[in-house]
Amino acid sequence: MRLDRVLTVARIDLRRLLKSRDYWIPMSLLAGLFFVVVPFVMLSVVTSASGTANELVGQIGGVLDALPGPVQENIQGATPQARAAYAFAVYLLAPVAIIVPLTISSAVAAQTLVGERERGTGEFFAHSPLTEREMYLGKLISSLVPGFFATAIGFGAYSLIVNLRVGPEFGGWFFPTAGWWLLIVWVVPPFIAIALSVILWVSSRVTSTAAAQQAASLVSLPVIVASYAVSSGLLFDPTLAALLIGSVAWIIAVIGLISGSNALQRERLLSVGID
Amino acid sequence: MERMSELAISLASVERRFGSVRAVDGLDLEVPAGSVAVLLGPNGAGKTTTVRLITGALRAHAGTVRVLGLDPQTDGDTIRQRTGVVPPKPALFDQLDGWDNLRFTADIWGVSHDSVLPAAERFGIDHALDQAVGGYSTGMRTRLALARAVLHDPDILLLDEPTAGLDPESSRAVLDLIRELAGRGRTIVMCTHLLHEAEGIADQVVMMGAGKSQAAGPPTRLAAEFLREPTVVFDAEDRTGLDAITERPGVISATWNGALHVKLEDLDSLPDLVAAMVGDGVRLTRVEPQLPTLEHLYFEVQRTLRSQS
Repeated sequence: MRLDRVLTVARIDLRRLLKSRDYWIPMSLLAGLFFVVVPFVMLSVVTSASGTANELVGQIGGVLDALPGPVQENIQGATPQARAAYAFAVYLLAPVAIIVPLTISSAVAAQTLVGERERGTGEFFAHSPLTEREMYLGKLISSLVPGFFATAIGFGAYSLIVNLRVGPEFGGWFFPTAGWWLLIVWVVPPFIAIALSVILWVSSRVTSTAAAQQAASLVSLPVIVASYAVSSGLLFDPTLAALLIGSVAWIIAVIGLISGSNALQRERLLSVGID
Repeated sequence: MERMSELAISLASVERRFGSVRAVDGLDLEVPAGSVAVLLGPNGAGKTTTVRLITGALRAHAGTVRVLGLDPQTDGDTIRQRTGVVPPKPALFDQLDGWDNLRFTADIWGVSHDSVLPAAERFGIDHALDQAVGGYSTGMRTRLALARAVLHDPDILLLDEPTAGLDPESSRAVLDLIRELAGRGRTIVMCTHLLHEAEGIADQVVMMGAGKSQAAGPPTRLAAEFLREPTVVFDAEDRTGLDAITERPGVISATWNGALHVKLEDLDSLPDLVAAMVGDGVRLTRVEPQLPTLEHLYFEVQRTLRSQS
């Protein structure tokens, strides 16, 4: 396997995505909405002194009071408003870190292999000296990069918003917390890789992009739910459990990716019926 | 023109099915290195599937495929590294410009970007490299696909309907390329259903139908085998002098079609026939042996096969 060829396949896809406004404009809006607009609005409301804010702070406070004692200790803040803002910024928006990259990446992955066949460009790849594994890894990278790129930019913007809106309550810059770093670096990537391994496998099997996208939605949903639960839970206890869950997810992801790369058949890139 | 005796491509009893359809059914094909083979046949004859079997893009269900002495199923990557393909649809990246299409191809085949511009210039597409390929005309797309296929100077070039949808000028450019590459010792397989395209470039013609090779060999040998009754066109100042031509020795039949088309037992009898007619006072204005065209040959093969079956 040659890495330069893998990267060339990824570059072809990424260059095409970059030229495709139909793709990147909605995806940028999605990332902007989840990472910037929603957090900014919500944190602005929570930290304001309005009646709505007080009501919201009261409701969040009621939820926080219902949590177990050790978990409550993780929520910082001297006042109910500060505690509500901290909980909101650090915990309640955690699933965004999963949803955005997964949505963006699965949109690419769903059409990447079957799309080549539909466009007729699969013929080029099928007759090329690329191995199936090189093609698969190239497609995997090109699926991952947009999601992670959007997440990196979005996460940076989100951190900025959180620190600017909530930071003064905690003596300055405090975000990302250790739990978030663990989530972003160790837990989220394998969950996305698991989803992509399934979606790429589907994309190599179905006969149309529409079918691949439908299947991708079905795959994404349980992964989002599972990763939502895991990531939310981990943020309350960012310790050994996070490392263990991340490790298990990585193992499953690697198995899924290896199986997926083995399942890719060159002839499925051709625009013919294979039965 | 250099001609090598070893086989560049060899298919023996090859089968490929799609569901219950046998796209290739017991195909035998031998293409010597440095030769031009033309696969002729209607749509659905199995030509495209044959090309895909040669590169290993498709797996044969039975039989043996060898390309450059290698098995496409185990050494496909090596074969594809030494092969250039122009598919029926050019398979270009429409969102990208011509430069990107050629440079990415160069990267995959591991050749220098320095080869991009000369390849584009060779096919007269260099002026459009800055444009998105989606805006190219059919001719421009084919030219770019050809430039892409020869970028890595392949030993074998597989052209699947390369002139489909092209204007006459572009078609001629493609056929000139084939002649040029053949002159440089490259092995070329071209699929077409346009008989006139194969004229003059084919060292070997393979007539395909229903996934089988119906007839194969050099055009001259096939002509000798299937066109046994040569046709000569006659005309005269006074056409009544031609009326009794079918009673003369060596003449099989005659039909009027603008002029008199006469079928002879063989061309050796033509000088005696002409001498006898002139001796009888017939003032001939036209005596034109019809050179066997591939079109004649193709339809004669089809007629012969039908009569045999």
